[in-house]
This record gives sequence, C-alpha cells and structure tokens, in this order.
Amino acid sequence: MSIRHALLALLTEAPKYGLQLRQEFEARTGEVWPLNVGQVYTTLQRLEREGHVASDDGERDGGQRRYRLTADGARELHGWLRNPPGAGPPPRDELVIKVQVAMRMPTVDVHEILQVHRRRFVEEMQRYTHLKADAAPEDVGLGLVVDAELFRLEAVVRWLDAADARLRRQPASPPLSAGPVAAPDDAGRDHPTGPVPDRRAGARR
Amino acid sequence: MSAVLTLRQVSKVYGSGPAAVHALRPVDLTVDEGELVAVMGPSGSGKSTLLTVAGSLEEPTGGEVEVCGAQLSTLSVDARARLRRRSIGFIFQDLNLLAGLSAVENVALPLELDGVRARPARAAALRVLDELGLTDRAGHYPDDLSGGERQRVAIARAVVGDRRLLLADEPTGALDAANGEAVMRMLRAACRRGIAGVIVTHDAQLASWVDRVVFIRDGRVVDETIPSDGPDTLLAPDGAS
Repeated sequence: MSIRHALLALLTEAPKYGLQLRQEFEARTGEVWPLNVGQVYTTLQRLEREGHVASDDGERDGGQRRYRLTADGARELHGWLRNPPGAGPPPRDELVIKVQVAMRMPTVDVHEILQVHRRRFVEEMQRYTHLKADAAPEDVGLGLVVDAELFRLEAVVRWLDAADARLRRQPASPPLSAGPVAAPDDAGRDHPTGPVPDRRAGARR
Repeated sequence: MSAVLTLRQVSKVYGSGPAAVHALRPVDLTVDEGELVAVMGPSGSGKSTLLTVAGSLEEPTGGEVEVCGAQLSTLSVDARARLRRRSIGFIFQDLNLLAGLSAVENVALPLELDGVRARPARAAALRVLDELGLTDRAGHYPDDLSGGERQRVAIARAVVGDRRLLLADEPTGALDAANGEAVMRMLRAACRRGIAGVIVTHDAQLASWVDRVVFIRDGRVVDETIPSDGPDTLLAPDGAS
C-alpha cells in the first residue's frame, strides 16, 4: 500500500501537520491500517526531498511543521490514481508451492492440507465479516478495506476448492523420491521433468 | 443456550445394493438457539440432504433428528407437518414463492395454513415485511419484484410467526454482492433474536457471516471452524513506501 500517495491525497485538501495526517489516514481507511508517527514523518521527509511536498517553515506552531502539496506532488498523485497497481502474479505463491510439494509426499494427505488451509482462511474471513457486520453502516472506509480483504481471501478459498477437485480427478502423483532422477544435461543444468521454457518464462518474476 | 436442532448419527442412503448412494454417513450436529451455522462443501457432498433431513422433509435412513426438543421419529406424520409449519422456516434456492399471490399473501400463507385467521396472519406478515424494508412492496406480485426483493420476501415467509429454526439452501442465490450482504445481515439479525439457523452453501463469502462453519465432504463432517474471540488488529501496519 502506498502511504506516500495517501498522504499526498490528504494534502490536496489543505496544508496539514504530521499528526493530523496520521489521524485522517487512519480514519479514512477504517482504522484498520494503523500508522505510527515515525512512518508518517519519514515518508513526509522523503516526499519533501523529492519535491512533492514543502514544509511551511514560516508558520511553525509549537514546533510542528505544516506540509503542503507542490505542483510536482499533484502530478505524482494524478499519475498514481490513474495507473493500476501491478496485476501480475506474486514472485512466489507459498501456498501453491506448499500444495505442489505436499501432493508428492507419500506420508502426507494433500486433501487434509487443503482442508487445514480452507478452514484457516474461512476463519479469517469470519473475523473480517463480523467486523463489518458490527460496524456502523456509514463507515464506508472500513467497508471498502474489509471487502477488499474478503474478496482476496475468497479467491484463495476458491483456489483451494478447485485444487481439491482437480487432485481428486487425477490419479495419485508419484512421490518425489520415485520420480525420474535428474541428470545434468550438456550445459550442466537439471531438467527433472524435461525443459519447459514456456512455463518458466513469465511465470516467475 | 438450548439446542434447537440435534442430529445424532444421522445417515441417509438412496437406493440399495451396489447402486446405493450414501448421501449422509453418520453425522452429528447441534445448533443452539440464536446460533447461525453454515454447512459448507462441494456439490454432491450431502449438504442439501442434511438440510432436508433436518427439516423433516425426508426421513433419515438411520440416526435421530431432534427439533425443538421433539424426536421426529416419535411423531406422527401430522405432528411432524405441524412442527414443520409452526417451527421451521425454509429458504430454497428457487425461493418457491407463489406467483399468483402478492408478497404479503405469500408471507401470511404458512400462518393461515396453520389455522391463524386471515386478518392477524396478514398483520404479522406486514410486520415482518416492514422489518425487512418491504412495506412498499407488500401488494406486489413476485414477478414485479427484483431478485433481491423476492429473496427478502422468502426470508420474511421463513421467519414469520413463532419460527425457531431457519433452514436455508444457498440463500443469496445469484444475487450481487450488495444484495447478498443485505440478505445475510437479515438472517444474522433473525438469529440474534433467538432463531437457530442453518445455511448450506459452497460460497465462502456467505459462510463467513455465520458463527460456526461445518465442512462436509462425501456425506461426512470433516472439520469445523473455531469461533474467534473477535477481531483486534486485522491488518498489520505496512511500511511506508
């Protein structure tokens, strides 16, 4: 999550102090993303170095600096708002790797592993949903944050369901130890299941 | 809290011999007053059979079902039908609203079938419709209502009167996220007033609204969620970027 852009957005309304920015950030994100003061000031200092904000040295109030948005900062914010964040796959999905490893282990029931994770993720979804259920209907900030997390978790549960169904349709995979022994090729690289350049290319960043 | 629904070693087999289908292997389940439980599992796992057996729409092959303290196997057919009308509310996937009756008439119908006179039955139906925000739609026929409104009428019909147990099969059906959430808020509120609820679903979003999720597979309960004490910090603070 980009705290720096969220701070720039808050500064479009008026010049603000660091503590004020922290309070407003937390209020607008449903108070589920706590920020410490140190994070706020570190980010503001970096934004000032980059020319995106300027501090109001002439109007010190009890030692507090007031920050305002610069034209550069407004351009940076405009670009961030209109460009979607990276939609590619994560560098490595630990859950996918875990299931791929588990399905080849003769002493492990991969369906039990899938169920353990399904339960854990549904419990996490329950916690978020109950938070939303008990919140005031006008707390839109919290609703947006909780919905985003619920849809992310739901996608994981759906993947677990799909993986479960796919594995039940397939005959048991040979265990890792029973697989073909990897032999180095002429270039000294291992290809235990043969070269799969298309899968590797673009699959991992 | 007292148990409203208890399933003890309940099994259900369709057919016999080599063609027999074991829809429910011995299953134990207890749902207390005020508790909302989801039964979650893939298609063909036995979750809909569990619901129909719990609601006395089908008899189990083995085991015992107890609803509101009454063992169903000891009741006559008439007594079971009476218990079903008075104490159990059903919400089916296809809603089963009668197209020739208005919303209020659909909601009042189970009361009238149970011998309540038309006027008090209608008054009770209007009260529930009002609670669900449907006062303006009371005179409309199902075909004139939106999907979300029809779903709410079905909920009103399921909770009207002195219902103690609510059984729902995918109650948010094909509703969009906002309408689905509204439906789950209503079911949750009904349970907070003391009704015991069981929802069967394959949808994790829907299941997350309940107090306890029971996972079923191949006719067996394989797992269930552990209720949490409630949220504290849900999201870890992120580093400044």
